[in-house]
Amino acid sequence: MEKIFFRPESLYDVPTHYCPGCGHGIAHRLVAQVINELGIREKTIGIAPVGCAVVAYDYWNFDCSEAPHGRALAVATAIKRVHPQNIVFTYQGDGDLAAIGTNETIHAANRGENLSVIFINNTVYGMTGGQMAPTTLLGQKTSTSIEGRIKEKHGYPLKISEMLAMLPGVCYVERVSLHSPQETLKAKRAIKQAFENQINNLGFSLVEVLSPCPTYWGQAPKESLDWIRDVMQKEFPLGRIK
Amino acid sequence: MIERIIIAGSGGQGVMLLGKVIAEAAMRQGNYVTYLPAYGPEVRGGTSHCMVTISDQEVGSPYIAKADALIILNNPSLERFKGKVKNNGLLILNSSLAKSDNISKVKILQFPFTDIAIKLGNVKVANMVALGSYLAVKKIIQTKNMIEVFKFMAPAGNARILEINEMALAEGERLAHG
Amino acid sequence: MPKNKILVSGNEAIAQGALQAGCSFYAGYPITPQNEIIAYMAKHMEQAGGAFIQAESELAAINMVYGGSAAGARSMTSSSSPGVSLMQEGISYIAGSQLPAVIVNIMRGGPGLGNIAPTQSDYFQATRGGGHGDYHLIVLAPGSVQEAYDLTQTSFELADKYRIPVMILGDGILGQMMEPVQLSSKKIAANTIKNWALTGCLGRKPNITKSFYLREGALEEFNLKLQKSYELIRKKEERYEGLFLADAKVILVAYGTMARIAKSAIMQLRSQGKKVGLIRPITLWPFPQAPLNVKNKKLKYLVVEMSYGQMLEDVKLAVGGRNKIEFLGRSGGGVPSEEAMIGKIKKLL
Repeated sequence: MEKIFFRPESLYDVPTHYCPGCGHGIAHRLVAQVINELGIREKTIGIAPVGCAVVAYDYWNFDCSEAPHGRALAVATAIKRVHPQNIVFTYQGDGDLAAIGTNETIHAANRGENLSVIFINNTVYGMTGGQMAPTTLLGQKTSTSIEGRIKEKHGYPLKISEMLAMLPGVCYVERVSLHSPQETLKAKRAIKQAFENQINNLGFSLVEVLSPCPTYWGQAPKESLDWIRDVMQKEFPLGRIK
Repeated sequence: MIERIIIAGSGGQGVMLLGKVIAEAAMRQGNYVTYLPAYGPEVRGGTSHCMVTISDQEVGSPYIAKADALIILNNPSLERFKGKVKNNGLLILNSSLAKSDNISKVKILQFPFTDIAIKLGNVKVANMVALGSYLAVKKIIQTKNMIEVFKFMAPAGNARILEINEMALAEGERLAHG
Repeated sequence: MPKNKILVSGNEAIAQGALQAGCSFYAGYPITPQNEIIAYMAKHMEQAGGAFIQAESELAAINMVYGGSAAGARSMTSSSSPGVSLMQEGISYIAGSQLPAVIVNIMRGGPGLGNIAPTQSDYFQATRGGGHGDYHLIVLAPGSVQEAYDLTQTSFELADKYRIPVMILGDGILGQMMEPVQLSSKKIAANTIKNWALTGCLGRKPNITKSFYLREGALEEFNLKLQKSYELIRKKEERYEGLFLADAKVILVAYGTMARIAKSAIMQLRSQGKKVGLIRPITLWPFPQAPLNVKNKKLKYLVVEMSYGQMLEDVKLAVGGRNKIEFLGRSGGGVPSEEAMIGKIKKLL
């Protein structure tokens, strides 16, 4: 009998520290599966963010580096320039990539660095306790937008993927979601595409992953998946952006 | 031996280049040397200057409070630096663009370097005419060594530039010898 | 003319020294008065087979250095005071991840935008860590263009040897001034085996560069490991130049460009038979203790800085209250003159 589901070598056999219903574990697994399928584990270098996924290297079985909050793409740029033959990717949250690291994000993209970016959008700062993020939806309550995000006060959810798609150095941008098995499979295909683009030297690829954070959304895990489907998706439509 | 030179003029008069060729030639003669340029916004417009110290011993401060020689190519520079020369020091002055009124206790050597350079065919070599006069008076750097530096620094394949610089140097020396 | 002797600015000498030392990664952002370094690297780094990036900010530049170093390349950035302030976060991470790196600070006047005049007012920032956390940089202060060239090469060796960020600290005069430099003919091979570098885990277990220690006790354990390394550096790497220390009654303490001016003052006084000497710290961290730890209680010190009493604190710590210490400092572009030093010394003699 053919074994069709198993732990990829790129993922250690350890429990993760993530909350019940969190999307990070699934996203980590998708990345690990793709790396295995492409046979690049021994030449991959991953950059872990500052955020809930800071210890992603405890789960991934390949070379990894931390980066200061927001600076993952500066670190990744340098590693890729030093080792153009290696496969280098960053795994960043919305606060990391679209707030504190916006400058590094835009300029790495604009230089067309041959990198793959996995961008986890869960609309909040998870690690610090659920504060408002650049991607928080209008009306969404967080510990720093107690009455809900108000456009007059806090501005609008930042659509960084659409912004980056405008840059000529960017070759591929797709927004995917983890709210159902079908969407999760699409997410995996998109992540694979981002890595294949790098292998083919096509430039900067980014996959935005809508990912549940039941803890700071104040929802049960199942509820949080429905919320992505029914609410979040409207603000952040799925599909290929570039 | 220690020789401290301040060179000043307006941006575009080749003040920095003049300092560099002196420093380069002094180094080639086996001297200790420092070349300190003014840097940053000061370089754009207004006065531009550099300080060159030549010695047979290690140079301490590259900054010159009182110079043995001033080479001044325009009037604003003269106003700024005329107090920075030693008593009985040397002032080489571009009389095309500066007036030496009210300066005492200084040996002044002045010629219209800019006019001479125009006659030679390139206003940019006024600095090298002034250099010729300086070399003739101070005799610290030998002319043949300076010409070697010109050859080293001139853009490759541009014989004309080299030629006019050498002419300018010779003219400056001739004037100083009177 | 001696072979391989060139007239070159301090900034260019640093860039040349770095390439000679096998630096193969540079990232930087323009700022006066060190722009000649980034320009030289832009022109020569790729020819030398390395990678050059003009970063979008000093923040990005230092984190690129983090990445370059994590990847195993001899990595460097250069900047000036306000830019180095921006880099402090990254420097702390580099120290915390035990990555070797070289950071050049050609200082300019502060606080704030200040001015671009020569100054030494980043001494505290350089020697006290600058960023957050319990860490040190090795700080080297060249006093001449030749030394800038030589010490840049040394800095890469020290950085690799101790897996520590090394700072070259100079002022605008050092960066801009041209002096003859004897180029070294031998390339310094990067002789350290970096089995910790990120190269892909082919044939080995994965490598991780990190500074995050969440488990109880883990950070203290790591910080103690750093302290051990700092202790070794203190023991082995203190460097200074001493002049006329044997018979001096007053000793000037000055570093970098300031020490050259101090030397001029000392030579003048010596020619008048006055017994003065000089201690020029070459490593600012570790600060040289030995030359200041002497039994003669009559000995007096004059500390001279282009800042208002920063290195003075280290001199006081080293002297430990045994001797009289006077101070002469100017800042914001003011440079203590030979005359001012001579005046102070004569009062002390």
